[in-house]
Amino acid sequence: MSHKRESRLENHAPASGSDWSFELLEHFEHEIARIAAQYRLDIYPNQIEVITSEQMMDAYASIGMPVGYHHWSFGKQFLSVEQAYRRGQMGLAYELVINSDPCIAYLMEENTLMMQILVMAHACYGHNSFFKGNYLFRAWTDASAIIDYLVFARKYVAECEERHGVDAVEQLLDACHALQNYGVDRYKRPSPISPEEEVQRQQEREAYLQAQVNALWSTIPQAEDDDEQLDEVNDPLGLHRRGRYPSEPQENLLYFIEKNAPLLEPWQRELVRIVRKLAQYFYPQRQTQVMNEGWACFWHYTIMNQLYDEELIGEGVILEFLQSHTSVVQQPGFDHPHYNGINPYALGFAMFTDIKRICEHPDDEDREWFPDIAGSDWLETVHFAMRNFKDESFIQQFLSPKVIRDLKLFSLMDDDHDDHLVIDAIHDSRGYKRIREALSVQYALSHREPNIQVWAANIRGDRSLTLRHVQDDRRPLARSVYPVMRHLHQLWGFPVHMESMEQDEIARRYQWPLPEEDSASG
Amino acid sequence: MSYFIDRRGNARNKSAVNRQRFIRRYRSHIKRAVEDAVNRRSITDMERGEEVSIPTRDISEPVFQHGQGGKRRVINPGNKEFVEGDRMRRPGGGSGGGGSGEGQASNQGEGEDDFAFSLSREEFLEFVFDGLELPHLERKQVADMDEVRPVRAGIARDGPPARINIVRSMRSAQARRIAMRSPIKRALKEATEALEQEECKDPVLRNKVRIAELKAEIERLEARLKAVPFLDTYDLRYNHLINQPMPSNKAVMFCVMDVSGSMTQAHKDIGKRFFLLLYLFLERNYEKVELVFIRHHTAAKEVDEEEFFYSRETGGTIVSSALTLLDEVIESRYPAGEWNLYVAQASDGDNWDDDSTNCRELMIKKLMPRLQYYAYVEITPHAHQALWGEYERVEEEFPDRFAMQQIVEAGDIYPVFRELFKRRVSA
Repeated sequence: MSHKRESRLENHAPASGSDWSFELLEHFEHEIARIAAQYRLDIYPNQIEVITSEQMMDAYASIGMPVGYHHWSFGKQFLSVEQAYRRGQMGLAYELVINSDPCIAYLMEENTLMMQILVMAHACYGHNSFFKGNYLFRAWTDASAIIDYLVFARKYVAECEERHGVDAVEQLLDACHALQNYGVDRYKRPSPISPEEEVQRQQEREAYLQAQVNALWSTIPQAEDDDEQLDEVNDPLGLHRRGRYPSEPQENLLYFIEKNAPLLEPWQRELVRIVRKLAQYFYPQRQTQVMNEGWACFWHYTIMNQLYDEELIGEGVILEFLQSHTSVVQQPGFDHPHYNGINPYALGFAMFTDIKRICEHPDDEDREWFPDIAGSDWLETVHFAMRNFKDESFIQQFLSPKVIRDLKLFSLMDDDHDDHLVIDAIHDSRGYKRIREALSVQYALSHREPNIQVWAANIRGDRSLTLRHVQDDRRPLARSVYPVMRHLHQLWGFPVHMESMEQDEIARRYQWPLPEEDSASG
Repeated sequence: MSYFIDRRGNARNKSAVNRQRFIRRYRSHIKRAVEDAVNRRSITDMERGEEVSIPTRDISEPVFQHGQGGKRRVINPGNKEFVEGDRMRRPGGGSGGGGSGEGQASNQGEGEDDFAFSLSREEFLEFVFDGLELPHLERKQVADMDEVRPVRAGIARDGPPARINIVRSMRSAQARRIAMRSPIKRALKEATEALEQEECKDPVLRNKVRIAELKAEIERLEARLKAVPFLDTYDLRYNHLINQPMPSNKAVMFCVMDVSGSMTQAHKDIGKRFFLLLYLFLERNYEKVELVFIRHHTAAKEVDEEEFFYSRETGGTIVSSALTLLDEVIESRYPAGEWNLYVAQASDGDNWDDDSTNCRELMIKKLMPRLQYYAYVEITPHAHQALWGEYERVEEEFPDRFAMQQIVEAGDIYPVFRELFKRRVSA
């Protein structure tokens, strides 16, 4: 800032060596902030925490939540991370950043100075500005409230454990976790979560919810066949011929359970709600992996290079950086022993870099494919891309032929009606569009996860719950459907059915409890 | 906009609770692994953790997923020679060697790898003892041998020069010096002032006699001041040590086992578990625990652990041979005044007919008076034989130092062990 400081720094040799100190961190943080401001990166305030590797493992195991409720699955996560780390199979993530306001980022004590600078550029400015700017995060998460909500959730779970026993809570959470990907509103913006309100209204809600559920189930259950036999003569008022409940299929299974499951206690409904709210919080992250990482890599790359150009870091540091950067954005080929799908860092970085290229140095192909952005202001364009897309639409919109060529993407069709696999598109002029299309679909959550919705709850009969799975390209459900339905059955309390639909026809039915058990007990 | 927080000093076991939850949930798996480890390891090698692995399918967290089949299109990177329209065989389940990985959708990672993790030493032992609640079996129930050991007991005015407490001595010396010198100093000051006053007076008015008196006084006082010693014998302080009887922290454990033909390997494994428990118990109570293995059929022999548990012998059984050897070993190497003596004996109850009476004699007359504790387990599903009856009489004689129990199968060991020690608590 001040003149004094600058002159002091001029006397300083550019940073070299690998030891860091808080002074150096602050200095570089300051410089990065200056550069980031030039590029109009708008961020939440940063809370940068220096931690040890053990603490990193802790943070890692709780899927990045700085305070989490207790559950064995986090313990499992921790043990596997710990084991892999001890055996040297895996390095720890260098960075971990939490979508909160202030934005919490962790720096590991063991990192070299270069790493710390890189992580600050990547997480504290890259991810942070993405969290603040991207429309999904803006619409679906409330960064200022999440930490308080997590604290509330942890306290509430602990209280429930005290009152109802660890086992009861654990079982319920297991069941909720199995369904948490179906605990999100996909199209409707959720109301923001506010912890004060949560606590304040919780009692109220418990009573209210229960009353509502009671009203819904108040009709005395009658035998199912009665229901069907009553025709117009016997039931002139149509009391037994009301519509299906719910009248529209429900995509948010946990929400439906929270509001409608007949037997859940109020505290159990509250736990369902907690899992649901957290799933909702992570929902944008699952849809913006490529963009988020690509954006962060793009900016750490830009910032590091500028630091070097301004002679704030030395050659040793920039070489160390380039070595680490290339390994992060490396994309092994499909036949490589380490191949593990498309690397979101590689794809995202390549795409953002290419957008910049298209803006600055467009060629004829770019003008044909991207008439809107070719030759435009690159900074404006990358910001626009970051703000208004998710992976699916980002790829659909911005995957350029050059990136497809660089990565040598090809499309492989696996159809069980064909005994051969077919290469149906490669990186040539006929294939670009199809590859782009297919890759976009591949990143659509609606394609990655089976489409399952609540179809009907039999509120006047046996109280069973029916779900519908709409098959997509004839893909069936994996065997895990049974354990998940068992969990669902625990929550619902009455038999659960699932109909797997293929083109308006029921291709397969699943149910829990299994029919053998039914006949055995009956 | 940004601020740094150094969290390195914070607690680092944030995941400890979750880890405990995990262990609690998979108790049965872990218990099995621990039991295997107990069978595999040497008795003295229990004080470390253990690798435990659990089949992945048992700990998976199910979610709705797409299964195999249907139509799927996958985009892969790194095309080398494919062109559009290429067709290739689906890689078969078994062959798997073909160069091209084909990029089968990898979301079906039905990996059958085990989920492996390490138990810490404490967790391992907790599983070994599983509910034995050792903390309640503190050493108070065991009548330990006393050993006299010097213990610090404050400060004394006398003692050998080697134990001078310099700090305390110097401190009292200083206090004494202040106390002794200050009245002299005060008198000195008064005398000096008086002298000055005299000398300031007009020469005519000076009292020569008075001045001479004062000078003599000052001289005398200065001499007295010098005479105050810097350190006096009176100042010396010594660290005081008193002799206190302390429980001995050395123990020796004798493992006595029948290895005659009637003892199968299964019997021995059960015996091993029993010895192990006693060893772990002792190890937590004593700084030093020695092990002596004595095995016997018709003759007794002192052996090492390996031979004790795993070598095969046949023949009849004479228990008294082991007891005699035990007595000799104690006599020659472990004088009862210095060592806490524990004996654990495992047998299937067989004994040479006339020998059981000898055993009782030996026990009551020679052994029991010197032993801290004698635990006998009989590993047999059958009716008791003569030895049991004789031992019951020993138990009557020494109810709080002798214990005996019957074990039928491995599962009985923990309860029996607990029973053996519980009786002592109530006794």
